[in-house]
Amino acid sequence: MDSALLIHRLQFAFTVTYHYLFPQLTMGLAPLIVILKTIALKTGDERYDQAARFWAKIFGINFVIGVVTGIPMEFQFGTNWSHFSRFAGGVIGQTLAMEGCFAFFLESTFLGLFLYGEKRLSKGLHWFSALMVFLGSWMSGYFIVATDAWMQHPVGYQRVADGSVQLTSFWQLVLNPWAWWQYAHNMSGAVITGAFVMAAVGAFYLLSEKHIEQGHIFVRVGVIAALFVSLVQIVPTGDAQGRMLARNQPVTLAAMEALWDTQPGAPLVILGQPDMNAQKIDNPIVIPKMLSFLTWQSWGAEVKGLNSVAKQDWPENIPLLYYTYHIMVGLGTIFIAVTAVATFLLWRRKLYGARWMLWILLLSFPFPYIANTAGWMTAEFGRQPWLIYGVLRTVDGYSKMVSAGNAWFSFLGFLGMYTVLSVLFLFLVRREIEHGPEPIVPPQLREQIDAARLNPLEVR
Amino acid sequence: MSTIWFMIVAVMVAIYVVLDGFDLGAGAVHLFIAKDDAERRTVIRAIGPVWDGNEVWLLAAGGTLYFAFPQLYASGFSGFYLPLMMVLWLLMLRAIGIEFRAHVQEQVWRGFFDTIFGVSSILLAIFFGAALGNVVRGVPLNPDGYFFEPLWTNWRVGAQNGVLDWYTVMCGVVALVTLVVHGSLYLATKTEGPLNYRARKVASWFWPVQVLLTIFSLIATVYAVPHILENYTRWPIGFLLPALVIGSLVYMYFAHSRRQEKGAFLASCAYIIAMLVGAVFALYPNVLPASTGAQYNLTIYNSAAGVHGLSVGFVWWSIGMILAAVYFIFVYRMFRGKVRLEEGSEHGY
Repeated sequence: MDSALLIHRLQFAFTVTYHYLFPQLTMGLAPLIVILKTIALKTGDERYDQAARFWAKIFGINFVIGVVTGIPMEFQFGTNWSHFSRFAGGVIGQTLAMEGCFAFFLESTFLGLFLYGEKRLSKGLHWFSALMVFLGSWMSGYFIVATDAWMQHPVGYQRVADGSVQLTSFWQLVLNPWAWWQYAHNMSGAVITGAFVMAAVGAFYLLSEKHIEQGHIFVRVGVIAALFVSLVQIVPTGDAQGRMLARNQPVTLAAMEALWDTQPGAPLVILGQPDMNAQKIDNPIVIPKMLSFLTWQSWGAEVKGLNSVAKQDWPENIPLLYYTYHIMVGLGTIFIAVTAVATFLLWRRKLYGARWMLWILLLSFPFPYIANTAGWMTAEFGRQPWLIYGVLRTVDGYSKMVSAGNAWFSFLGFLGMYTVLSVLFLFLVRREIEHGPEPIVPPQLREQIDAARLNPLEVR
Repeated sequence: MSTIWFMIVAVMVAIYVVLDGFDLGAGAVHLFIAKDDAERRTVIRAIGPVWDGNEVWLLAAGGTLYFAFPQLYASGFSGFYLPLMMVLWLLMLRAIGIEFRAHVQEQVWRGFFDTIFGVSSILLAIFFGAALGNVVRGVPLNPDGYFFEPLWTNWRVGAQNGVLDWYTVMCGVVALVTLVVHGSLYLATKTEGPLNYRARKVASWFWPVQVLLTIFSLIATVYAVPHILENYTRWPIGFLLPALVIGSLVYMYFAHSRRQEKGAFLASCAYIIAMLVGAVFALYPNVLPASTGAQYNLTIYNSAAGVHGLSVGFVWWSIGMILAAVYFIFVYRMFRGKVRLEEGSEHGY
């Protein structure tokens, strides 16, 4: 592989993976915050407003890092992938520009109102701004997924004389069937992160015996939401994606399952290490015929193997693709088990006292991040060696004028910059969690506290 | 259709510069005019609720440029690779400077973020000016429509350009001074007392510098890029733009000396728009001129997207902009008026 291409790929992979750690939490928390605000509005229970305020702070910190690490994504289409941009900008520029015009304006406006306007807005309007933040962030997600879906499954375009592609049907691009399932899968994945994080913070408070009431709310809302989206993540969204892959990207599916030979009644591999030279799987644990059933709803159906196409059309890094896919599915299954047990305990009113389960909830929060990342790696490795599936190869898409030396310069710069961001992020989030939700105070006392805050030195 | 999109992109860039310009300018001067923590918080709070929305215009303008002129986006962004990466890092630093300072009440912490916010604002103003200078001057496009500029070469305006040469550095300085005045005038409209006094003072000091630099930069542009006046001689109505530049500077002076804070700020907005539109008018129909020969120029004709895309884009773009305008009016009304710290800590800044 051309070394400049490698650095361009590494930089994009690194910046997009890092970036997506933050939006997955904000997109996941947004509907949960709306739920908290709705309960507060319906019941007038101040504790839910308090909970929403706490999560709004966490949301705010994540949002800032999400924004600043998101700008490089749009830039890099031009800076590092200019041949791709020139080739396909007439199509995917549409969805990317729509994200700016519809989602970002909406989100930034109402986030400002939501975070800083609680006193100026009526209760209803403040609830409405939370709803609009949710809508904006989820719209943003749709436009990005639609862009990726077009790269996975290009529709509504034609080749023109200068060699590039141009849009022929706006609606086909925006309503790409690939995008719907990918979006549903991606968004429920984000809510899994949001819900697990919420439950983990709640579990932390209960285990350390502070902010008990808020801890109850966080665990309860987090666990119930997490169970719901964990189920949705497998059926129907994950299942539908698998069937879509079998029909449109059979090589990708074969690589994910490390299936070399086309065969009827193909097995589903649960465990085992793929051996690329011998074309077999070491110490395999498989469910016979299951893959055929899952993809074609028939135990005997034929599933295409890798050897059905030329090696140059195989994804480049099949073992890694195989593992990211299996990690995603394995974790997804564990999420269902964990949340099902936790929900059962909640139903029997035993969860808040079950320290072992609270420990599991607390320690589980990193895994949704890993599962989401592994899922995206599966999607993007699986698309290789294509940048636009079947249309443009990755090797033809990068900026030929940007040398490996210049690409290293920026890649190292990003590594350094994101290290700084990580340190700040962890420091600030730790402070917020330690500080906990603001106590509920009567209005007169609140004024005194505000006055004191203006002169922090005097208080000390 | 591509002419319409040329104008749309130009307008979006102008809106971005006017809006983000005042918070960049405020950032550039705040280290010098805001003396203590309360004053700095006032500055941050004057831009806090709006700076993020202002920066969205950069993304929206970038996205619009991408889908309307993909060839220009590809060529320009890869060619200006190095400065753009630095712009990205500066944008990150600036954002965390604004947003993270309030989280910890320690002088060391806040001083650190204030400095980051100030320095990154100053550098961004210079970078954006230099970028515009590069576009006006032209870049070494090859026959495939691509180029790559190192940060500098021999500092001369010639065929072997770097990003920085005497002309583009001058453009950067003009941009910095313009935004210093712009930001100070904005802060004057949003503040009271000593802060307001110092903001107006800075604007008074820099106004003559801005006038001199404007005249100098116009002369330098005609000297460095002789064909820049072609469109003006073809359509003499274009000379209204330099007239508007001069008019807005004069009006700024009178409004400022009569303490009409809003009037002076609006004059500064008009000045920025007139300068940008003046440059864009001179470029048309080129979008990125080549210093290697006019046959390699990127124009609206050879860099635009297909007709269908541009037409449907016009429909949704119009809807999006109407919505954006509604949000903007709403937010600026919510947070209108002077900033007073005692209005509670709900702002978080």
